[in-house]
Amino acid sequence: MSIPDVREAYTGRINAVSIGATKEEGGTRSRVVTIGGHTTIPFLAFEGGTNPPAIAFEVPDSAPDPAEWPEGALEPYRDVSGNPVAWAKKCVEEYHADLVCIRLLSTHPDRGNAPAEKARDTVLAIRDAVKVPLVIWGSDDDPKDNQVMPMVSQALAGERCLLGMASQENYKTLTAACLADGHAIIGLSPLDINIAKQVNILISDMGFPPERIVMYPTTGGLGYGLEYAYSIMERGRLAALAADKMMAMPVLCVVGPESWRAKEAKAPDAEAPGWGPAMERGPMWEAITAVSLLQAGADILVLRHPKAAEVVRATLLQLTAGSNGSSSSSSSSSSSNGGEKK
Amino acid sequence: MIVIGERINGMFKKVREAIQKKDAAYIQDLAARQVKAGATILDINVGTASTDLATDMVWLVNCAQEAVSVPLSIDCARHEPLEAGLAAVRGKKVLNSTTGKADDLAKLLPLARKHCAAVIGLTIDEEGVPATTDKRVEIAAKIMAAAMENDISAGDLYIDPITLPVNVAQDQPTRVFAAISQFRMLSDPSPHVCIGLSNISQRLKEHQLLNRTFLIMCMAHGLDSAILDPLDEELMNAMVTAELVMNKFIYADSYLEAAQKAGGRTG
Repeated sequence: MSIPDVREAYTGRINAVSIGATKEEGGTRSRVVTIGGHTTIPFLAFEGGTNPPAIAFEVPDSAPDPAEWPEGALEPYRDVSGNPVAWAKKCVEEYHADLVCIRLLSTHPDRGNAPAEKARDTVLAIRDAVKVPLVIWGSDDDPKDNQVMPMVSQALAGERCLLGMASQENYKTLTAACLADGHAIIGLSPLDINIAKQVNILISDMGFPPERIVMYPTTGGLGYGLEYAYSIMERGRLAALAADKMMAMPVLCVVGPESWRAKEAKAPDAEAPGWGPAMERGPMWEAITAVSLLQAGADILVLRHPKAAEVVRATLLQLTAGSNGSSSSSSSSSSSNGGEKK
Repeated sequence: MIVIGERINGMFKKVREAIQKKDAAYIQDLAARQVKAGATILDINVGTASTDLATDMVWLVNCAQEAVSVPLSIDCARHEPLEAGLAAVRGKKVLNSTTGKADDLAKLLPLARKHCAAVIGLTIDEEGVPATTDKRVEIAAKIMAAAMENDISAGDLYIDPITLPVNVAQDQPTRVFAAISQFRMLSDPSPHVCIGLSNISQRLKEHQLLNRTFLIMCMAHGLDSAILDPLDEELMNAMVTAELVMNKFIYADSYLEAAQKAGGRTG
């Protein structure tokens, strides 16, 4: 008796989105990171080829707020805190980041209100210091982002960065900037699959190519809504594979901040003596959040702790071992020569 | 939904005139507009006014395929123009249609096979249009069996339960619904189920509302294709909305715009 072939063939495909432009393409990056392109659900290599997920390291543009970067998260970056260029270099050279995700929090009106010109100078300095593709994320203050992001976008024209966040309420300025300067864009939605699709439609309606949109459906940390994020991502992926073109965008997950918000991740040993040492607990909380999201279909994981990144890479290797075509190792380690010349 | 655009039909006055004057631009425009509005297949019917059905059929086919690349459904009751039309289609094609009459099945299914065409099978037999659900299912099963004998797969078969104008046979629509549900269970994968939508409302005052209502009720029973007017925007919007309600795609506030932009296709 023959064994029935259980392979599924889907009609839809997740768009492949490329981030970063090399010299030949008019940029200055040493490599391009391509995500998405999936023809099946995550890690079923026997059903179809796929681009492996990429790891982005979060780079704050100023010394981070201890309330958001607790001891355990900040520890690896203590020597570079407040120096975004050194921070970014460390992520690339020591921690083998595929991408760096620059967060322009200092431009927020309540967090220093740094002018757009300063943000521009910061991203340009990081652009010159590291050669991996760049993700730039504003301050989440809409009026301020609408001043800062166009200037940042223009300064990085041709580098094919990934810029965020475009939301249902505020997408036009960023979309226009990304369109003009050749960047990809992140569409943000608040754990709501209908709004996720709506944002994609709104951005596309401005003439923006769907193949340059990445979805950020909002990430829940382990124990704090992870399952909502998981089920939304899963449903979105299945809809896209059933040929819903307005859901066929790769997904970005912001793992670091969500994980380190959990008291289980940040509580010091003295406060939680029965929970295991904080220096392991925190990174592990981040790692488990990230690995769960990988299974749900994450394409870019924005991480903080290098130990979490190590666990994610090891897991990716296991999940893709034996698969033909590209494997996670090509994504994770080819940038590990951090040695991109400056 | 598989939408078979009905507008290229010689029964329409302007199409008839275009055929007579060989006005290719008119036909090409009609083809392009239907596809833009969401047609996934275009029906091609010369009508009855032509003096040379086969020649005019081939001309219509060529006009349409110069303008669009969707499959064409060759719609004719006469064998010669049907074959000429099928032979002229370069891409995917549909034979529209056979009935369940033994003669038709014996002649038309081998023709479909020869031209690698999908087939629309009307549940009509030697006794005419059936009055009951059971009879419709019986004829459908007969068509399916004959299709399989001719190596035509369920995915290439469209069973049409035959609709009569609602004023003529008001007891029939509920039987059509029941038949649609049962057609879907004839095999796995099931054949497509198709209706010629405008039959329900022929020459009736509220024909657009009737079409819209009937289409959605049929969809709720498992209909997955219809020959209809894709340029009827209200109809297409209702169809897309019915698919949404049936969880065929994910809701977004702008789902209608998204479907319109994707040519009516939602998933």
